[in-house]
Amino acid sequence: MATAVLALQGAFAEHEARLAELGEKAFELRGPDDLARSFDRLVLPGGESTVQGRLLEELGMLEPLRERIEDGMPVLATCAGLILLAQRLAAHDDKGTPRLATMDVTVERNAYGRQLGSFHATADVAGVGREVPLTFIRAPRVVDAGAGVQVLARVDGNVVAVRQGTQLGFAFHPELDPDLRVHQLFLSL
Amino acid sequence: MAQDEKTTTPAPGPERAKLNRELAQMLKGGVIMDVTTPGQARIAEEAGACAVMALERIPADIRAAGGVSRMSDPHMIKGIQAAVSIPVMAKCRIGHFVEAQVLQAIDIDYIDESEVLSPADDVYHIDKTQFAVPFVCGARNLSEALRRIAEGASMIRTKGEPGTGDVVQAVSHMRLINAQIRHVVSLRDDELFEEAKRLQVPVELVRSVHDSGRLPVVNFAAGGVATPADAALMMQLGAEGVFVGSGIFKSGDPAKRARAIVGAVTNFDDPEKVAALSEDLGEAMVGINKDEIDLLMAERGK
Repeated sequence: MATAVLALQGAFAEHEARLAELGEKAFELRGPDDLARSFDRLVLPGGESTVQGRLLEELGMLEPLRERIEDGMPVLATCAGLILLAQRLAAHDDKGTPRLATMDVTVERNAYGRQLGSFHATADVAGVGREVPLTFIRAPRVVDAGAGVQVLARVDGNVVAVRQGTQLGFAFHPELDPDLRVHQLFLSL
Repeated sequence: MAQDEKTTTPAPGPERAKLNRELAQMLKGGVIMDVTTPGQARIAEEAGACAVMALERIPADIRAAGGVSRMSDPHMIKGIQAAVSIPVMAKCRIGHFVEAQVLQAIDIDYIDESEVLSPADDVYHIDKTQFAVPFVCGARNLSEALRRIAEGASMIRTKGEPGTGDVVQAVSHMRLINAQIRHVVSLRDDELFEEAKRLQVPVELVRSVHDSGRLPVVNFAAGGVATPADAALMMQLGAEGVFVGSGIFKSGDPAKRARAIVGAVTNFDDPEKVAALSEDLGEAMVGINKDEIDLLMAERGK
């Protein structure tokens, strides 16, 4: 079996590179035809959530992916991917539209403002390890999580990593750092 | 809200440079659209733009108006920042570091030090390493691209010939940059010093291209893209995303054409999808041939 990487827009190639370093076979999901291929894991990469969400909707890929996720297929969602998974969105201006809506969290988009608010940090991430490098690019944060959601990490009091069953949601970009521990956790699910 | 608590601009340096290159990585596979009003910005966002370029006049109108073309009114840019949640870019004149300071002060996501505006300095580009905010710059060849990166640019785009609707220059710039990269890759290690001298760029950057087979930053196509097929052509030639300037809001049905170009960039190697996206788009921008114009913007800033 293989991991499907959503490749509509954004940093999907970086995820493919990390997975290849771990010896995992991966292919790109660019349209509904690709859903017929055989895969048992899904990566939702960073990028612009408005672009990815609109293309998922327009290409008719939302419903099939939602069903697979609800049936327990492991998902690794980073930054924009976390926004796609969220059931509820918050923002200071335009909230955006919930898309896959499979994770019981409220996510605030652009929580640190514009690009000048982007930053690097390190933190301990439960299930991943100690001092994990974290890259936040115009990042979101989780402002509310349901009872079934485990908080894996906080930075400056903000929830930046969550898990619900086999769904992993990260506000940062493990695909941009050479540290492979986040992808190892994903492949162990 | 975290955003309101930000009172100081972060310091420039290697850490910011990395974050700024990383934002460009998030834009890959996307379309960045020129917009002149909050209404156009919302149409662009709704159509799937991964960022918008806020400017008072699109390149085709700058060309028609003539005269000196400058940075846009900050109030107009703020209106566009308030209208959309995607990144907002804006242009400053080549070498005009105070226009760049102004754009950084209004919390712009990316500055385009652009040959589309009238150059403010005919020798020096902005020292972009002195800024926390990221810059994208145009290039016609590997030499220009690596010089801009040495000056601190965290993203490169082809210059193309803006405001023409004629993709020929973007094609030749992308082909040349990639051919030159292939040449650098083919060199022996001890030949890189001479190549750096020939290209008039730091040898460290030549070595980076030699070892990785690519530019050290993301490379988009820009200048003259007017149709979904143009966008897919640039992607097949190796662009990592596309800027569309005049091509959208100078066309008959901007929203539909914008959506079609976004779809063509995602599915650039699927001719059936590009065919379907190319149907019934209405009038394309009229376009002018590069041989019919007096002003070649791509000649600015080398």
